[in-house]
Amino acid sequence: MSEPRKLRLLVGKVGLDGHDRGAKVIARAFRDAGFEVVYTGLHQSPETVAATAVQEDVDAVALSILSGAHMHLFPRVIELLREAGAGDIPVFGGGIVPDEDIPALKAAGVLEVFTPGTSLDAAVEWVRSHIRPRRVA
Amino acid sequence: MRPAEPRASAGTDREFSTVSGMPIDRLYGPESLGPDWRFEERLGGPGEFPFTRGIHPTMYRGRVWTMRQFAGFGTAEQTNRRFHYLLDHGQTGLSVAFDLPTLMGRDSDDPMCRGEVGKEGVAVDTLADMEALFERIPLDGVSTSMTINAPAAVLFAMYLAVAEKQGVSFDRLAGTLQNDILKEYIAQKEWIYPPRPSLRIITDLLAFCAEQVPRWNTISISGYHIREAGSTAAQELAFTVADGIGYVQAGIEAGLDVDVFAPRLSFFFNSHNDFFEEIAKMRAARRLWARIMKERFGARDPKSWMLRFHTQTAGCSLTAQQPYNNVVRVTVQALAAVLGGTQSLHTNSLDETLALPSEASVRLALRTQQILAEESGVTNTVDPLGGSYFVEALTDRLEAEARAYLARIDDLGGVVAAIEAGFPQREIADAAYRYQREIDGGRKTIVGLNKYVSEDATRPEILKVDEAVERTQVERLRRLRAERGAGAVRASLDALVDGARNGGNLLPLMLDAARAYATVGEICGALVPVFGRYREVSFL
Repeated sequence: MSEPRKLRLLVGKVGLDGHDRGAKVIARAFRDAGFEVVYTGLHQSPETVAATAVQEDVDAVALSILSGAHMHLFPRVIELLREAGAGDIPVFGGGIVPDEDIPALKAAGVLEVFTPGTSLDAAVEWVRSHIRPRRVA
Repeated sequence: MRPAEPRASAGTDREFSTVSGMPIDRLYGPESLGPDWRFEERLGGPGEFPFTRGIHPTMYRGRVWTMRQFAGFGTAEQTNRRFHYLLDHGQTGLSVAFDLPTLMGRDSDDPMCRGEVGKEGVAVDTLADMEALFERIPLDGVSTSMTINAPAAVLFAMYLAVAEKQGVSFDRLAGTLQNDILKEYIAQKEWIYPPRPSLRIITDLLAFCAEQVPRWNTISISGYHIREAGSTAAQELAFTVADGIGYVQAGIEAGLDVDVFAPRLSFFFNSHNDFFEEIAKMRAARRLWARIMKERFGARDPKSWMLRFHTQTAGCSLTAQQPYNNVVRVTVQALAAVLGGTQSLHTNSLDETLALPSEASVRLALRTQQILAEESGVTNTVDPLGGSYFVEALTDRLEAEARAYLARIDDLGGVVAAIEAGFPQREIADAAYRYQREIDGGRKTIVGLNKYVSEDATRPEILKVDEAVERTQVERLRRLRAERGAGAVRASLDALVDGARNGGNLLPLMLDAARAYATVGEICGALVPVFGRYREVSFL
């Protein structure tokens, strides 16, 4: 049996918020855990993030949002992935998201939402157990 | 004579270090200060060079710090109501938080701004919004701090236009514009143009204010966001002072007299959890800046040497878990800021990791300051920790670490070149990752997060910004666009572009555009073809 393909993740900063501390820290943790990481950089539109996810053929999209615009931005990225025929790319994320918003985000298709205080190891473990390579390399 | 070593006991092999990872000795004494340590040279009196002990001879005996809670959300009318609430509860200065579209120089109806209007601050598109924001607040009776950077000059022009309408002359206006674009490239990342044209707008503003708005603090050189992005205390100090050097250099190169604009520069620091490290950082900052202004830039006015600063307690230190613990953290951090000699202070609210603060939690944060000022007794004497072997050794150490960074930045060709090379950004990202690993590994404790964890069902009530704000604001903007004189807007924007090309001072031209009800997005956008748009080289 061949070695399983390395997981390939897109870490995205979507919208106008410039707080990239969390995105960069989690991206490094994913990289140190052995995943391939593509980082979008700041201030990306949902359109750019979805297009990058398709183009880079990633196994999941991790969004970091601290602006309060999560109720618009998460569902919008999911919608655009579906429109691009890539609705099977799971979307998860983290940031300042009030607990009461999480059920609605999950209903909109967000696989998991990590709130402040989540350890890097817990996030890495979650990825290992929930994200699978989308196709055999 | 060295004191006897303590008996070996459990725990003495532990490493003792500050929250920034600076190692700390068991005990400090005269030998910790080294043979060159002289009181007059390192400290002097408060109000005297190098101002280590404070910038005023009487400090809080003369007047306590300004209690300035940052506020802004939703529409201008909603924020205006919060301002009146804070003023009614004894707050002494206003501080405006703008929403992300405004901070990025974009209008509320820009497609990039969907879902962001009024969320993290107040939405301001035109002079009409600024008028509503300061409704029933006479501008000659308050001092106003505006947290705005890339489009700072535009929002300032709108504030000036409100003053005109109220009949308040510019020389009676007091307040602070954050206007610190260099730290945006380093940490906060809300920019429009590349660094060099951004600095030109800033030097135009320095010249304009020196002539017409002499009481205005033109730049609040900010370490706050650098720290929030994950820097150490020494990095915060170093990169903030490096930015300050960048502005002074730019002002001098633009032909301004250093003693004309430097007295109006102020600073803004973070106060994090490590009590003594923060106090030492603030004391070191005053001494470092005084020496740089005098020795490097040859400033002669003592006001140019004085580092005046605002402090905000560390938002990044707060936890969503057991949120009432945050009240205690904020108290310790605020006390450090006071013992560090701050001129004004924002204390964070306990619910800020969950959402924008509610009225009740903002009031508790303000009461925390009032208790420190009026009950604790710490205001009775100036620099009560001055002369502590530990605090003085730590102050020296922070100044030395900051100087080492400043030397590296000079070697890279100055702060703009260092930013273009990604140097401060990388140092901060490395420190942030290291710190997160220390927390995850339990080497640094965060109560309620990685130690003393308990299920805490109590959740403070949080403030929700109504999703209708965006619709209201967009409709208002569309109506205004239809009603204003389109010809005057066009003419003012054309004049602005000409000024940008021909090197005229942009402030009077921005003021004309503000008076004509041109929008923030139109004014900022008009300059993009001349100045270009900044693109960050992303790295991990």
